[in-house]
Amino acid sequence: MIHYILRRTLIAIPTLLVISFIIFAILDLAPNDPTGNLPMTVPPEVRAKIRSSLGLDEPMHIRFGLWLVQFCVNEPLNILYEGFGISIGDAENRTRIISWSTRSPVVDLIIQRTPQTLWVVGLSYLFGILIAIPIGIVSAYRQYSWFDQVGTFISMVGFSVPTFFTGMVAIIIFSVQLRWFPMIYDTTLEVDSWQNFVSQVKQMIMPVAVLALYNASQLSRFMRASILDNLNLDYVRTARSKGLSERVVLLIHVLRNSLIPVVTVIALGVPAVFGGAIITEQVFKVNGIGQLVYHRSAGATICPWSTPWHLSLPFSS
Amino acid sequence: MKYIISTLLTLAIVVGIASTVQAKRGSDGQLNLVYWQAPSTMNPNLSGGTKELEASSVVLEPLGRYDETGNLLPWLAEEIPTVSNGGISKDLTTITWKIKKGIKWSDGSALTADDAVFTYEYCSNPDTGCTQSNYWSDIKSVTAVNSVTVKVEFTVPKPFPYAPFVGYNAPILQKAQFDGCQGAKAQECNKQNFYPIGTGPFKVVDFKPNDVIVFEANPNYRDASKPAFNKLVLKGGGDAVSAARAVLETGEMDYGWNLQVEPEILIQMEKAGKGKVVSAFGTSVERLMVNFTNPDPSLGDMRSEYVGGNNNRNSHPYLSDYNVRRALSLAIDRQVLVDAGYGKAGKIGCNVLPAPAIYASSANDECKTPNVAEANRLLDAAGWKRGSDGIRKKNGVRISILYQTSTNSVRQASQALIKEMWKQIGVETELRNLSASVFFGGDVGSPDTYQKFFTDIEMYTNNFSGTDPQTYMSNWTCKEMAQKSNKWGGNNMPRWCSPAYDALSAEMSVTSAMKDRIRLTKEMNDMLMEDYAMIPLIHRGDVSAHSNSISGVRMNPWDSELWNIADWTRK
Repeated sequence: MIHYILRRTLIAIPTLLVISFIIFAILDLAPNDPTGNLPMTVPPEVRAKIRSSLGLDEPMHIRFGLWLVQFCVNEPLNILYEGFGISIGDAENRTRIISWSTRSPVVDLIIQRTPQTLWVVGLSYLFGILIAIPIGIVSAYRQYSWFDQVGTFISMVGFSVPTFFTGMVAIIIFSVQLRWFPMIYDTTLEVDSWQNFVSQVKQMIMPVAVLALYNASQLSRFMRASILDNLNLDYVRTARSKGLSERVVLLIHVLRNSLIPVVTVIALGVPAVFGGAIITEQVFKVNGIGQLVYHRSAGATICPWSTPWHLSLPFSS
Repeated sequence: MKYIISTLLTLAIVVGIASTVQAKRGSDGQLNLVYWQAPSTMNPNLSGGTKELEASSVVLEPLGRYDETGNLLPWLAEEIPTVSNGGISKDLTTITWKIKKGIKWSDGSALTADDAVFTYEYCSNPDTGCTQSNYWSDIKSVTAVNSVTVKVEFTVPKPFPYAPFVGYNAPILQKAQFDGCQGAKAQECNKQNFYPIGTGPFKVVDFKPNDVIVFEANPNYRDASKPAFNKLVLKGGGDAVSAARAVLETGEMDYGWNLQVEPEILIQMEKAGKGKVVSAFGTSVERLMVNFTNPDPSLGDMRSEYVGGNNNRNSHPYLSDYNVRRALSLAIDRQVLVDAGYGKAGKIGCNVLPAPAIYASSANDECKTPNVAEANRLLDAAGWKRGSDGIRKKNGVRISILYQTSTNSVRQASQALIKEMWKQIGVETELRNLSASVFFGGDVGSPDTYQKFFTDIEMYTNNFSGTDPQTYMSNWTCKEMAQKSNKWGGNNMPRWCSPAYDALSAEMSVTSAMKDRIRLTKEMNDMLMEDYAMIPLIHRGDVSAHSNSISGVRMNPWDSELWNIADWTRK
């Protein structure tokens, strides 16, 4: 087993290298320019200076090499130092990847933004799972009942309507018309009293609900399909003929076996929780990772961190 | 009786004083601003974006700044130096600023001339990568004559020397704070770049890049009764529509900046009665650039190159004909473009230099009313005959325009409308749009930049900051032509070249009397307009919105919109 894990890990290294090189090359070959969004009043000489101060006049293979060293060696050490206070080598003066738009270390930005993303996207994932599983079970057990029809309709809507639309609708109904929740996420709020806790919950309800709807609709379909597959199998018939109650058959025998593919799907979605939700975070102004990615791509910044991040991003949410 | 009268008098005086005394510092609580483009740093020298300039303007201040009418006001300076008050030397090469007495940084130390000198050194250091370095160009030296006097010496005569230390582009940094942050180090000084110490009404207490900035009233601000707010929150993120909604519909925010929203949506939102939409018109003009050189791809290296001295030998097959250019302009109904895409944020533009008002020419107002019949007559008379497909032709050349601009819904709508308008005069148009980061990107390897201009017509907005048009008007001199020899680094995209224009531009650079500068500017503007080197479309304004409960907002197109935030109060 250890051999197997080791072998797979070693194989992953060249694959990741090739993938990162391809992404780097694509970004490099794109006719994009980080100084392109500067106002027109900034003259070309100044732009040229900025580009060279960013190291953009070095040839590409050198920049890729520098990036590799930075990404694989320096930044992990920086995270150790910033996050846990462990210093290896000259931690103070080690090169750090600096964000072009904020001129601050990218790692710090990510550390600053991860909690919001984990709370909002993580909770929505959790709620999504909690809603999806019971709905999936009932829908499958009572296939083609009114509950199944309504559930199918809602999950189709939740899955096919993009979150920027559901988000806007939620804002117009709950913020503009009913005035229940704020439409702007207050990221300076610190939860230190009950009153602030209530405000925190209030401002999280809409983004979490919008994302939970999206996640739940996807998962409930998987759950339903998986249970339907199992209900017709021989072991279910055996269990029933043994005289077990329907409750036991469904919730113990069928559910256990049906959860296997669903758990796989849930696990595949977990990296997305760390990647943030680009659109939903932008709509509700949550300062998470997703919003950070949005800002970076809008500013044509070749952010090395976003490379692995992009690979696992839920672009639709 | 006497006693009663005197008591009443005293009372009246007391009441009178009480009502004239302005709100005390911090008495109006918290002010919320929403900037949907979130500021990413507080150091204006490391950012080219207006959003960062705006945010930093409540902390960092210049010696002089513009009010909403474009007048230069002394801000940290005693007065604006001029030739007549001796602040500017007779040969126009030095300007001497005197700093107001008793100005303190928010940490309590005094502002001195050394800080000003340091600011120049900081930005002029090539390793700093200062994005505002054009405000510090042509400077020989900046010296502190004494603790409150700064002298700037220029290498050339500067008839309008108000770039360094003026406006939100060139505020003063605190030397003590930024001392270790010059040159290459500038990029790494996070603490300094995020929490600059300033002389302005507020100081930064919390900065989250691209998200939110929290300010507190500066305890050492020069006016003890200001600012009226003790806390200022500048929230970023989202989009223009939701920012407008937060101010106009839900009232969560007090001020929303740069609300580029479809006009009908804004009008709808304003009806909720929570806030007001305000606009200000600076120098931005959306215009069509006319290519005077031939962009034919078969020319290879000679594509869009200007060949020959004053007589272009690689001229455009049909746009070099004056009648065609004039007809294209006459056919455009600019009011339709304003109504469709701009609303309160746009007016008909007939000049490349629409403001400040003293420089604006009225000689080109013909463009306000479209005249399709006259355009058709001109083209007929010039021998451009309609072919069987309705498109005009002459000597085998069809008027078929490739028209490019950046990707943006308003621009694409304008493109579609203009295409229809030109169809009426027998001109065929092919539309193209490019991502802004490519189009404005300036990548020398890309054929799609606005500088290379490998199409017939292109559309974008340009403007200049400050109020002096000298540099801006020199953009269309012959030596500014963007082409291969200068790696497309020039500003004259049409490659329009006129010795008479160059002469006016040269004269402008040595003229200091205001009335002559105005005359020269108008002449240059009219020359460009009368020859249709550019076809102006829309004089674009900035649109913001503020809550009805806020008073004191004076929307300013010449400087930061928050320039007078110290005077804002809550009703």
